[in-house]
Order: sequence, then C-alpha cells, then structure tokens
Amino acid sequence: MRRGWFLPIAASLGFAFLYAPIVSLVIFSFNESKLVTVWSGFSTKWYGELFSDPQLLGAAWLSLQIAAISASIALVLGTLAAVALVRFRRFKGRTLFSGMVSAPLVMPDVITGLALLLLFVAMESTLGWPQGRGMLTIVIAHATFCTAYVCVVVQSRLSDFDRSLEEAAMDLGASPLRTFFDITLPIIAPALVSGWLLGFTLSLDDLVIASFVSGPGSSTLPMVIFSKVKLGVSPDVNALATIIIAIVALGVLAATILQLRARPKRARG
Amino acid sequence: MAKKPQLAIDTRPWRDPKAKPFVRIRNVTKKFGDVSAVHDVSLDIYKSELFCLLGGSGSGKSTLLRMLAGFETPTSGTIEIDGQDMTQVAPYNRPVNMMFQSYALFPHMNVEQNIAYGLKRDGLPKAEISARVAELLALVKLQDYGARKPHQLSGGQRQRVALARALAKRPKLLLLDEPLGALDKKLREETQFELVKIQETLGVTFIVVTHDQEEAMSLATRIGVMNQGEIAMIGEPTDIYEFPNSKFVANFIGSANMVEGVVTEDEPDHVRIRSDELGCDIHVGHGVDCAPDQILWWAIRPEKLHLSRDKPAGIHGANVTRGMVEDIGYLGDMSVYQVLLDSGMRLRVTQTNTVRGNPDAITWDEQVYVTWGDTSGSVLTV
Repeated sequence: MRRGWFLPIAASLGFAFLYAPIVSLVIFSFNESKLVTVWSGFSTKWYGELFSDPQLLGAAWLSLQIAAISASIALVLGTLAAVALVRFRRFKGRTLFSGMVSAPLVMPDVITGLALLLLFVAMESTLGWPQGRGMLTIVIAHATFCTAYVCVVVQSRLSDFDRSLEEAAMDLGASPLRTFFDITLPIIAPALVSGWLLGFTLSLDDLVIASFVSGPGSSTLPMVIFSKVKLGVSPDVNALATIIIAIVALGVLAATILQLRARPKRARG
Repeated sequence: MAKKPQLAIDTRPWRDPKAKPFVRIRNVTKKFGDVSAVHDVSLDIYKSELFCLLGGSGSGKSTLLRMLAGFETPTSGTIEIDGQDMTQVAPYNRPVNMMFQSYALFPHMNVEQNIAYGLKRDGLPKAEISARVAELLALVKLQDYGARKPHQLSGGQRQRVALARALAKRPKLLLLDEPLGALDKKLREETQFELVKIQETLGVTFIVVTHDQEEAMSLATRIGVMNQGEIAMIGEPTDIYEFPNSKFVANFIGSANMVEGVVTEDEPDHVRIRSDELGCDIHVGHGVDCAPDQILWWAIRPEKLHLSRDKPAGIHGANVTRGMVEDIGYLGDMSVYQVLLDSGMRLRVTQTNTVRGNPDAITWDEQVYVTWGDTSGSVLTV
C-alpha cells in the first residue's frame, strides 16, 4: 500500500506543537544575549550564572525535598486508602470514602490552596501548630492532593490482583504480614513506583497551592521562576529548565530501556 | 523406594462402620449474609482417599473446600482433621495444602522458588530444601524447568508446578480446586491418570472439587454430589451412577430417561409400576420401599435399553414399549437413538457399534421395540 502524505504531515505538526516550545527553550539557554528573544551567539555563560545564583538553586533544592517527602507520605496514605477500597468491598460509608479520596483530583487548585491556608491559620491560632507557614505546610498540602493520585493508581493495580496468590502464600505457612511483604508488595511495586513518581512530579510542578501555603523564605522553584518571569525572563531560567528537561529525558530513557530488556523474556514463554 | 502405602481404594474403609475417619465435617453451615452457601453438611473422609466433591456452580463445593483450607470460617458446625479440631485454626497453621484453580503461582518467583516457598516458611535448612525441590521436580517431570518463571510455562506445566508446590510440605491432606479445569481435553485425560498415580504413590488424602462428572468418576474413590449447599449423595462412582438416590443425582450424573408412574403391585420380591408416559408397565425385580398407588419416578440409563425390530417377550408382559426412531446421533463408538413413543415421550437409547458399517442397522423412521431388564432401572421416590 502506498503511504499517503497526510499522516506524516499530521504527525510532524503534532510533534512540532508539543516540542517546538521546548526546543526553542533549550536553544535560547545557550544564547549570548541577555534578551531572551534575540539570538546573538552561542554561550554557556547562563549556566555559570545559574550555579552562582543561590536563590534559584535553593528553591530547586527545596522543591526537590518537598516533592520527595510529600510523594512518600502520599504513597503510604494512598496505598492504605486503595487497600481499604479494593479489599473491603462492604463497609459503612464506602461510597462516601471513595468520593472523598478522589475529590482532590477534580478540586480547583485555587480552592484547595485557599482552604488549606485557612485551615493552617486557624490551627495555628487554636492549637499553636504548625507555627507559621513554610516547608512543613507545603509538604502537608502536597501530600493531600498527591494521596488522591497514588490511591487511583494503586487501586487499579490492586483490583487486577489475584487474591488466590495471597491465599496460596498463607496456605503454605506465611503469616498475613509475611504474605504482604513476600507476595503483595513485589506484585504491586510497579504501581507504587509510578504512584510515587506521579506524586513527585505533581508536587514539583505545583505553583498555585504552594503560593497559598508557603511562608517567607520558603519559595519553591515554580514560585521563584514565576516571580522572575514577571520582571522579564532572564536566560538563566532557560538554563535551569534545560537541565531539568535533560534529567527527565534521561529518566524516561532509562525506564524505557529497562522495560525493553524485561519484555523479550516474556515473549519467549 | 518406600513401601507402597495402604490405599483407601483397596481397603474401602467407608464400608467398615468402625473405621476412624481422617477428616470429619460435622453439621457445617456457612452463610454469606442471609444466603447459606453450605447447609448442614456432614461428611467423613478416610485416610488416603481421593474424594471428589461434585456439583454445579453455586452448589457450595468450593466454599466447603475453602473452609477445609481455612479461608472461610463455618457459621456453625465443626471440622476435624486427623482427630484435631481445625474449625478456628488459621490457614497458615493447618496441616493442609491447597492447589488453586488459577494455580496461583507467584509470578515474580521462578519454579524452584515457588516450590520452595512453603519449605522456607518452615525454616528448613537450605540443603534439605534444594533436595526436596529436586525430588518434587522429578515427581512432576519438570527437572529442566526449575529456573523458568511461571509465564514461560505452558498450561500443563503450570498445573504440575502448582501440584508440586502444594505437595512440598508433605501435607496430611491436599485440597484441589478444579485441578484440571484449565487444561484442554486431551491433556486433561493424561493428567488425570498422572494425578491418580501421584496420589497412590504418596498415599496423601486428596479432596478434589470439580464440576466435571467424567473427571470425578475416573479419579475418585468416592464422590460427594452437592446440590444447593447440601450433599445430595455420597458413594463410590458405581453407586452414584447405577444406584442414584434421587431424581437430582440421576439427572446430574450422566443422562437418564425418567418417567413418572403409579405402583400397582407392591410385593417383597417385585414391584409393578404403571406408566402412561412409557405406554407399558414396568416390572422391577426387587422389593422397593413404597406403597400401592404411590406416585413415583423410574429412571434408566440409555445404554441399559435395547432396540429390536421384532417384538421381544418382555417380563411378565411388561418392560416392552414401542416407538419410532426419530433421530440418530452417530458418535463413532456408539450411536444415540431418539425414539418417539406413542405417548409423545422421547427415549434416549445408546447402542454400541460393534459391527463396522452395519448395513442392517436400525435407521430413521423405523418402528422399533424398546426393552430392558427387570433390574436395569432405578425407582426413585424423591
């Protein structure tokens, strides 16, 4: 069959739409000029500038910490919620629980952020905790909405899970706890990893909620970039973005290679 | 090689009223909400038996098996295994292993690790575990497959790994949930005999759940037929087939022609039943627990009926009826005739094809006589 011209062109346009902004960002990170939109020659000076900018680096480090901690908290809570939803088919308030767990998925960030801010303020004035707002409050806020995502991912994996696997382990003499670590955990591990990564990415990404619940001296990376852009984009932000893209691309590439290595084994059966 | 264990199939302990049962299920009921899946079941199973629980879906056979394994707790009643009350004991503390219908092989472990899993939980020394695993792999003829993962095995191989894993801990009692259900017909027949052979070599007591009556008939020392959560009949395969105790069992096992009739003579040595459906009287050559004028049912297997063109003598003027061959199903080894009687009832008759391409065989639309012996049918009152 002769291939038409339509599909290749449509595909190219689609990829251009998705990746042209990123490509231009990478190119302009090597721009000499201070003006982001005018090309004046190749240079890596903005990378040097970036590494001598403590504000940006500090914000990036804070964001990574927050993302890792809140994704980990969300992983535990989300998994527990998913287990409750999948394994205990009938309990009082199950429908309510399931709705409440997934509500943060559809809640506008502005409302979540505002609600959390009001809660933190009220808690500080009545309980005296958390004192002021900063990294702790951002972590709590991110953990709440990441929990919902983790729960959805783990839930779908758990509902495919053949329960007789666990019964077989118990039948062979493993206690319920032992069964969980020997059988359940290794089998749902891929879902846990993707749940954690999803939470990590979402937390790293979040601007709106963090803006509400952060305090002085605890600006996350998106907040710093956003405030910089308001004063005019500086090229060192491009450099930072390029580094992040490179890390993400390497991660995706590594994951793909691992998957490809695992696949031929399966096909051999 | 160890001495051949004494097998239940040779000694038939269930015929000895003094024999001590190995598994004793007493008045067990299991309710899920308001529905009782198993209702007041009592059952004795003897050492080294291969007992089949046979029933359709929803008959409660799997629930009963899961209660023996410990995955369900009976709502009432007790389960004793080898003289010990196991009713409340957790599955991981029972001397019982189960082979699951889905095989439930651990996908992230290879064949050896799967088989060794139970032994590791017992904390056996490493050398002993690997010796035992090798022994089991040899038993199920999978010596070269130890390093494979379950997804690299065929259905039949997976089934054998599941069996080896379930046998690894030398359980006193092995429960098998539809062990051959996922295999195709040819493989199933081979595996059936292998399963019996393994059971006879090891002398382990097997309880097999199945919905396949052929499987039950060829595997079992005894069969328990289950219907709607109750045991309909317990007996050796021949008892179940030849002497069903109820209409349900007669219809569930094999195929049966069933007619309704009225008792006209009730003597200690014979019974006469008039059946309008059959268009003749039935002479039964033994006494039956019934009363004159009682309405009851009479069932006969298709292979116990005979077809002829000439009118046979019959017995005391009974056991002969007439009809027309309406349909013939040729199955190779035998043919199934559907005979339409004058009453409008259809009888199913099977005849073995002993002559090759018999030109004289009874054919479509012929008038034929159907006859049977005076002890060939079963009189059923329930």
